[in-house]
Amino acid sequence: MTTAVTGGLSVDSAELRGFRQVQQLAYACAEAVAARLEPGITEREAARMQREWLRERGVRDWFHLPFAWFGDRTAFVNFRIPLQFFPTNRRLEPGMPFILDMAPVYDGYTADIGYSGSLGISPVQDRLMADLEAHRELILREVRERRPLREIYEDVDRLMVRQGYANRHRAYPFGVIAHKVDRVKERRWSPHVFGFGTQSLKGLASDALHGHRDGWSPLWSPYRFSDHPPQPGLWAVEPHLGFRGTGAKFEEILVVTDSRDPEQSAFWLDDDLPHVRRWAEEK
Amino acid sequence: MTVPVTLEEARERRVQTGGVELCVAELGDPGQPTVILVHGYPDSKEVWSEVAPRLAGRFHVVLYDVRGHGRSTAPKPLRGGFTLKKLTDDFLAVADAVSPDRPVHLVGHDWGSVQAWEFATVKRTEGRIASFTSMSGPSLDHFGHWINSRLKRPTPRRVGQLLGQGAKSWYVYALHTPVLPELAWRGPLGKTWPRILERMEKVPGSGYPTSSLPTDAAHGAWLYRDNVRARLRHPRQDAYAHAPVQLITPLGDAFLSERLYDELELWVPQLTRRTLPAKHWIPRSRPDQLASWITEFVTSVEGGRPEGVTATGKYADRFGGQLVLVTGAGSGIGRATAYAFAEAGARVVAVDRDVEAAVRTAEMSRLIGAPEAWPETVDVSDEQAMEKLAAKVAAEYGVVDVLVNNAGIGLSGSFFDTTPEDWKKVLDVNLWGVIHGCRLFGRQMAERGQGGHIVNTASAAAYQPSKALPAYSTSKAAVLMLSECLRAELAGQGIGVTAICPGLVNTNITSTAHFAGVDAEEEKRRQKKSARLYGLRNYPPEKVADAILRAVVRGEAVVPVTPEARGAYLMSRFTPRALRRIARLEPPL
Repeated sequence: MTTAVTGGLSVDSAELRGFRQVQQLAYACAEAVAARLEPGITEREAARMQREWLRERGVRDWFHLPFAWFGDRTAFVNFRIPLQFFPTNRRLEPGMPFILDMAPVYDGYTADIGYSGSLGISPVQDRLMADLEAHRELILREVRERRPLREIYEDVDRLMVRQGYANRHRAYPFGVIAHKVDRVKERRWSPHVFGFGTQSLKGLASDALHGHRDGWSPLWSPYRFSDHPPQPGLWAVEPHLGFRGTGAKFEEILVVTDSRDPEQSAFWLDDDLPHVRRWAEEK
Repeated sequence: MTVPVTLEEARERRVQTGGVELCVAELGDPGQPTVILVHGYPDSKEVWSEVAPRLAGRFHVVLYDVRGHGRSTAPKPLRGGFTLKKLTDDFLAVADAVSPDRPVHLVGHDWGSVQAWEFATVKRTEGRIASFTSMSGPSLDHFGHWINSRLKRPTPRRVGQLLGQGAKSWYVYALHTPVLPELAWRGPLGKTWPRILERMEKVPGSGYPTSSLPTDAAHGAWLYRDNVRARLRHPRQDAYAHAPVQLITPLGDAFLSERLYDELELWVPQLTRRTLPAKHWIPRSRPDQLASWITEFVTSVEGGRPEGVTATGKYADRFGGQLVLVTGAGSGIGRATAYAFAEAGARVVAVDRDVEAAVRTAEMSRLIGAPEAWPETVDVSDEQAMEKLAAKVAAEYGVVDVLVNNAGIGLSGSFFDTTPEDWKKVLDVNLWGVIHGCRLFGRQMAERGQGGHIVNTASAAAYQPSKALPAYSTSKAAVLMLSECLRAELAGQGIGVTAICPGLVNTNITSTAHFAGVDAEEEKRRQKKSARLYGLRNYPPEKVADAILRAVVRGEAVVPVTPEARGAYLMSRFTPRALRRIARLEPPL
């Protein structure tokens, strides 16, 4: 399990190409499945559609199994225990927002993505998605400034409050806005527990162990253990906004290196993603 | 809302039908959709004299005196001359005369609504009615089924409902006695009725009822005698409405229980419910609200409005289309309150001193259900600015139906550390802001005379003394008492006043609060610390907003919200000494 991503890791390295490829694959899956969603489909069915789509294209292991949230579940309304994240029999209705979230492992590379959409028009979610752009910019800027992750988390929080939204990534385990992802060894048998692939969990656990010794954590949370500058590596960043029963998020990989050049010290793995294209089109 | 014409300027015509001659009045452009207003008992078409002109700008408004009322002639003999069948003939004759080609929009009050239910549910009017707005008059057929279902399965609750309505219907039994009602109406009752209306029913005395009242009331008794017993005993099985119906229920109706409409969805496929806190004669006491609901409903049925966001909130029946002004709407409880009203379909004026925040609140309000929302930038402590705002709101948006004086700032520190400037600042915003709001917008409400509601955000600190918050608590205690006094003063005018005492709520009041007697750095630290504590408590402002809407609907006086606020409220009443002990504690900052 390697955590050392060095300054030598440039935008074009083969390693990043692998990650970029699987992230593209996952977003393609999200768009394909989103296009096939219709009234009456349940969250379970939507999750299965994602799983099958990716299996057909060679995905054998997962960081976590695909999730699907419909309606006010996109804002995690009344979520108390983590089991509530799992897909339910909630049916999709016209005008309902939805979020597809999946983390496939392909060829040893991990992606973790989140895709927000709605069946028909959801003006509130459109607005949330538009307002997420500022968060993407804020996160990159402050990571390049090497601000402690906890402070960046608080700044994201402040921006959300100013926009009038609730922080919904706080509902995730440990309240994380991001977590590290890494390469995963491919095994013939790759079981998962509670939806998370054991190989990936192992990686996360070993990161947590190393990080604990060196004073950093693979989980980017509001807590003290995240009070450290960004650790080089790949971070799946997932700001999640909620507004009165409607939620929206994106999730994609942020590459952090130990380069001195600010431009090279942190960058988004790929800018050719649905939400980024959308923001560009709206301008 | 401007009133362009009066009923006196209406064009009149006579319509012959089934041996009687009906007096029909028309207002507005006949090219517009036709709205026919049907009056009740004991009324004449003049009961609509406030509502009709308010509709005439947009619609072709038609009113007629029901047979035997006003200037229409009475059938001979009276007995058997007022059956619903004959009343339907009358309606069709009027509709054919005033709008031969297009279906009409019906509006009925009291007995006008009872007969309009018949029009809207019988086969032969199909295609002639585009929509029906019903107020204070159930279908006799639905009523019959309502009684039968309760007799067949008499659970305690249903028996209670039956007895409740049975008591409210005393006048129906009285009207079935022969001769006596006629004698009473033509004698003493006819003379004292206007005063009874004014005293008991809060109908503003402005030239109504008209001089025809004694004969209207005497003839109208046959409406009951000809129909009620027959229909209640054998209600029609097919009384399904063939047009969309808007049901407006006054909650203070002395004659009809709101429970009557519980199963109405069975009979009406497209039902819109509206409620309003008023007594029976809403065409007299709430003309603005009725005109706006009728306009909105007729316009939406005509398809004149683009498909917008629909209000989904819990209290949409109550706040739909109402004008709500919230101060301090840029954050925290104010913002959540503006959103809650927006979700209920209210038009929202979001006032804040932070332009960007106010704009944001207004924008999001429109997205979640407010038909209209406007940002206004005002510092509530600035008297002149508030006066300007009040004038602008009245001129451009109308009279405020619900006012939420919510803007407030925090100030902590011992009494001797609090400078006169600190005192002035906190009192200016927390107390004077509320005074200005109540003074300016409350006056507009009172002058309109059609009710309203004022909500003032006080605090649990208003009754929980504390050595850490002397100035803040003083300002909030003043707000609490001001609300109570104002409530007493405005009670007679149908304007409710509520003081909300939230308690520890997770808003940014902590990070903007001033801490007296410490340097800037220490102030920052304390702000952060208190924000953290409030964050740990994590009581969301949305729950306070829900409490505010509920308080307006129920007309509550003092509403402590969080459990600690409720606990302290109880202690202030029953164990004040314990509360004083708590006041001595040092806050953990």
